[in-house]
Amino acid sequence: MQRIGVFICHCGTNIAATVDVKAVAEALGREPGVVFSTDYQYMCSESGQTLMRDAIREHKLTGVVVCSCSPRMHEATFRKAAEKEGLNPYMVEIANIREQVSWIHKDIAEATEKAIILGRAAIAKVHLNKPLTAGESPVTKRALVIGGGIAGIQTALDIAEAGFEVDIVEKEPTIGGKMAQIDKTFPTLDCAACILTPKMVDVAQNEKIRIFSYSEVESVKGFVGNFKVAIRKKARYVDEEKCTGCGICTEKCPQKKVPNAFNMGLDTRRAIYIPFAQAVPKVATIDANYCTMMKTGKCGICQKFCGVGAIDYTQKDQIVEREYGAIVAATGFNPMKPTQYDELGYATCEDVVTSLELERLMNAAGPTAGTLLRPSDKKHPHTVVFVQCVGSRCDAENEKGKPYCSKICCMYTAKHAMLIREKYPDTEVYVFYIDVRTPGKNFDEFYRRAVEQYGVHYIKGQVGKVVEENGTLKVQASDLLSGEQLHIDADLVVLATAVEPDKSARSIATMLTASMDTNDFFTEAHAKLRPVESPTAGIFLSGVCQGPKDIPETVSQASAAAAKVIGLLAKDKLTCNPCVAESDEMLCNGCSSCEKVCPYGAITYADKEFRGPNRTTLIRRVASVNAAVCQGCGACTVACPSGAMDLKGFSNRQIMAEVDAICKM
Amino acid sequence: MQDVKEFRPKIVAFCCNWCSYAGADLAGSSRLSYPADVKIIRVPCSCRVNPLFILRAFQRGADGVIMAGCHPGDCHYTSGNYFARRRMTLLFSMLDYLGIERERTRVEWISAAEGAKFSKTMNEFAATIAALGENKRLEDLRCKN
Amino acid sequence: MQELMKKRAIELLADGTCDRVLGWEKGDFAYDQTPALFHTAEELRASFVYNGFSAANLSKYLVKECRAGGKIAVFLKPCDTYSFNQLLAEHRIKREMIYVIGVACDGKADVEKLKDAGIDGITDIREEGECYVVSTIYGDKTVKKAEALAERCLNCKSRKHMAYDELIGESGEVVPNSGRFDMVEQLEAMTPDERYEFWRGELSRCIRCNACRNVCPACTCEQCIFDNPKSGVAQKAAVNSFEENMFHIIRAFHVAGRCTDCGECSRVCPEHIPLHLLNRKFIKDVNSFYGEYQAGEDPAARPPLGRYEKNDIEPGEAGGNRA
Repeated sequence: MQRIGVFICHCGTNIAATVDVKAVAEALGREPGVVFSTDYQYMCSESGQTLMRDAIREHKLTGVVVCSCSPRMHEATFRKAAEKEGLNPYMVEIANIREQVSWIHKDIAEATEKAIILGRAAIAKVHLNKPLTAGESPVTKRALVIGGGIAGIQTALDIAEAGFEVDIVEKEPTIGGKMAQIDKTFPTLDCAACILTPKMVDVAQNEKIRIFSYSEVESVKGFVGNFKVAIRKKARYVDEEKCTGCGICTEKCPQKKVPNAFNMGLDTRRAIYIPFAQAVPKVATIDANYCTMMKTGKCGICQKFCGVGAIDYTQKDQIVEREYGAIVAATGFNPMKPTQYDELGYATCEDVVTSLELERLMNAAGPTAGTLLRPSDKKHPHTVVFVQCVGSRCDAENEKGKPYCSKICCMYTAKHAMLIREKYPDTEVYVFYIDVRTPGKNFDEFYRRAVEQYGVHYIKGQVGKVVEENGTLKVQASDLLSGEQLHIDADLVVLATAVEPDKSARSIATMLTASMDTNDFFTEAHAKLRPVESPTAGIFLSGVCQGPKDIPETVSQASAAAAKVIGLLAKDKLTCNPCVAESDEMLCNGCSSCEKVCPYGAITYADKEFRGPNRTTLIRRVASVNAAVCQGCGACTVACPSGAMDLKGFSNRQIMAEVDAICKM
Repeated sequence: MQDVKEFRPKIVAFCCNWCSYAGADLAGSSRLSYPADVKIIRVPCSCRVNPLFILRAFQRGADGVIMAGCHPGDCHYTSGNYFARRRMTLLFSMLDYLGIERERTRVEWISAAEGAKFSKTMNEFAATIAALGENKRLEDLRCKN
Repeated sequence: MQELMKKRAIELLADGTCDRVLGWEKGDFAYDQTPALFHTAEELRASFVYNGFSAANLSKYLVKECRAGGKIAVFLKPCDTYSFNQLLAEHRIKREMIYVIGVACDGKADVEKLKDAGIDGITDIREEGECYVVSTIYGDKTVKKAEALAERCLNCKSRKHMAYDELIGESGEVVPNSGRFDMVEQLEAMTPDERYEFWRGELSRCIRCNACRNVCPACTCEQCIFDNPKSGVAQKAAVNSFEENMFHIIRAFHVAGRCTDCGECSRVCPEHIPLHLLNRKFIKDVNSFYGEYQAGEDPAARPPLGRYEKNDIEPGEAGGNRA
């Protein structure tokens, strides 16, 4: 019989206001096996933990039940405290009477009754708990960063700086990501390329970092410390080792009409290309969709001109298998294509552009060499209208957009407005906004400069319609403050479209078994306290894949993720989850049912000798579980008809004891 | 009518640790209520839920049993909920075949971000069970006067 | 047929192909045959039988025999070979220790049907074309097979042997539309209340003798959870009236995707509960939800509960039962 101690936490008034904690302590104190029962204001506090430790010592407790907040919050805290007192941590169970009781029920009698029942279920479970010892597994001292934007770059550099190997997998031919496309950065207005490209060079030159560009993650197996990842190196038809990046092929290629994705399709490039001058790796890539040689078998001009013989039309995708201890998702974002907003005319008017397109139109390395010319007639626009929150902050019902604020648009629009006014003082700039959000260091000052110093017209209101008439964009809008309808003849309309997680993120999350929210942003392990970790052990989050953020925030999070990775890779061994499956050889039929449902291949079979009747021995095929590989899902336990396979910490009998306690009432 | 005791259903909810239990936590921290009749049992994954547990609950007097797990494709263990889905599909179909109200059993996929869905689901399920009344069928299946 | 089998068994013992033969012998009554091991020609000559009462599926007994070592010859009817394959797939028996003699089968008689037809004092049975000639202490009686065959034989799913080393008689074909799901469909077509009444009527007779489990070739667990005090579900006495239902539902679930529909459970039930209708429900559901699957057809096939599709039917949609 266990000697169980029960501790009811008030959580200040979080629990005590709705649950009669004294009554719960008293009722649970009468349960069989309970030798000590008390309540306390904050069980998780130092003094609460001391109270628990004292009780364990004084009452020789063999099991502990804490009725408190969710076990996802403080189970580890209480288990650690018990361990310090010499009690096996897995003899501690939590009854969640905050999230599941006090926070959702108002009636004190009802809440108290439920708290008692949940407490009884936990006590019933503890009666069947057994001390568990965690095993250990080794750590592969290398990290994988998925995505080579500024987030991935910063994470990789920081990890490499600490002395660990890092691989970056980038699906585009070069690292750099969105930041490489941006012209200037707010609120300092320094050139994005000037601060990004040195970092890209650092990555290229760092011996600890290996870049898999034009590559994608194909599959992920394993678990924290021991991931096995297959990387697909897409055929770029150019030998990366040989190519010097001289660029002669990109000048000689006769196929000149390929939309240039780097410039948002605002100009064209060749079928063989290097996305931009500072690309890393600076290696040419053949776009097989456009290459004449690839399509018709006739051309071969690039091959003729290549001085080092790097062109290889027969190149195939290659699968590389690599092992990692930690994986960082840095899959980034794309601005939403606002084609679904017919009223804003993006699909029909050439001179309605997105903000990222404007970045290219203003960039010295862009299609207009930095002179702001509108796409249709290449003339200077004299009136520019900015439309904020396109696709952001929409109703949940409104299927066209996202419910969230994209966070960066207010600031980059202020930047755009300011830059236009600075370069072309004869241009009128209007910004239609819902709210202007400027929380950030020097952000509001920056916005006020746009309004006060640069004379940008900020109008609280919405743009209802944009129509083209004889080369002019007729903008119909409402001024919410004056209540007036406005008609503006604009030359250029810029849409600040919502930030969307990259499309590849969903399939990567599935491979990583990392969870995502309904908007396809990666979910963090804890919204406040563990913002750079995924709930899946060994998976970390860097940059916009976790939620919209600007460059400084992205870089901070990238470094934070790196710090977490370094903390993991610095360990030689990881403590395994002891709540793993275990097979009772005496009951095992050796039927392989369990093996078929194990996602980790943790179950193996062996013929073993057993004592048979009348001093005979018999050989039986029995299953055994590799505790370091098993992650404790329990799929095998249900597949097993004989009940030989059970899960430590969540055994059949433990769960049934909880069922019985709940149904007893 | 005054002295008729109000029927309070007993509902057992098996929730996977990674999604649905976290969804329940979010429902709690968002103060989204659902009836106290619903009692949650935490399991690592929906694939840990043995049909035995569900029948056991009914045997011991539960009026409804619901299992909640990660959305298909989002299982923390990659495939657990896919296996759970097959098992529960077959089990529920069997219970229906035996003439037991199929509304008494339910499976929902609730993510850690769906506190509102958790609360809504539990409200709905509790209302369904309350309307069905006490579960006499399973217990009585065998005793024929 | 019986003499041919006996002769062949004696030869196999003599030439060392096997050291024992698993077959049938007469029980207390002529119609109550029991599986038996024959070690010598004498034993075979004395008591080996094969006729319209040789119903038992012998495959399950191989689990125990494989542990005893040596080499066993076994007679398997077509439906028994499905169980045999399933046991192979689950590593419960060792192929190299077993010599399978496939025997043709035209169905087996259901003694209850004979008794219902007023045939008592049965001493023997033999087939004559479409009829059984039943010897009784009151003389021979002739009865049409169609009126005497067991339900599982009337709805025979396959006359084809899935595995054998040699055949006595001919192997037939898989029966495409056996009609074995007709009764399941009838039940599905009932209202839930009618179904409930049906099953209440049937399951209420269960005396929990465990005969269904003990005969089932899919129930070969080292120890059944319902017998294992450590499992938490084995009760010395039933907790309540639901205990037996739980046993039958869980048993059906444990054999779901593994049950070959051999029908032994219903054959041996002393209360004549149509237990096969539980198993067939799972088989039918598996077929309709996850594609046709016949356990025991292909030992290398992945069982339906050991695989999944991303777009599998949701439990809430599985209202396959028309009300």
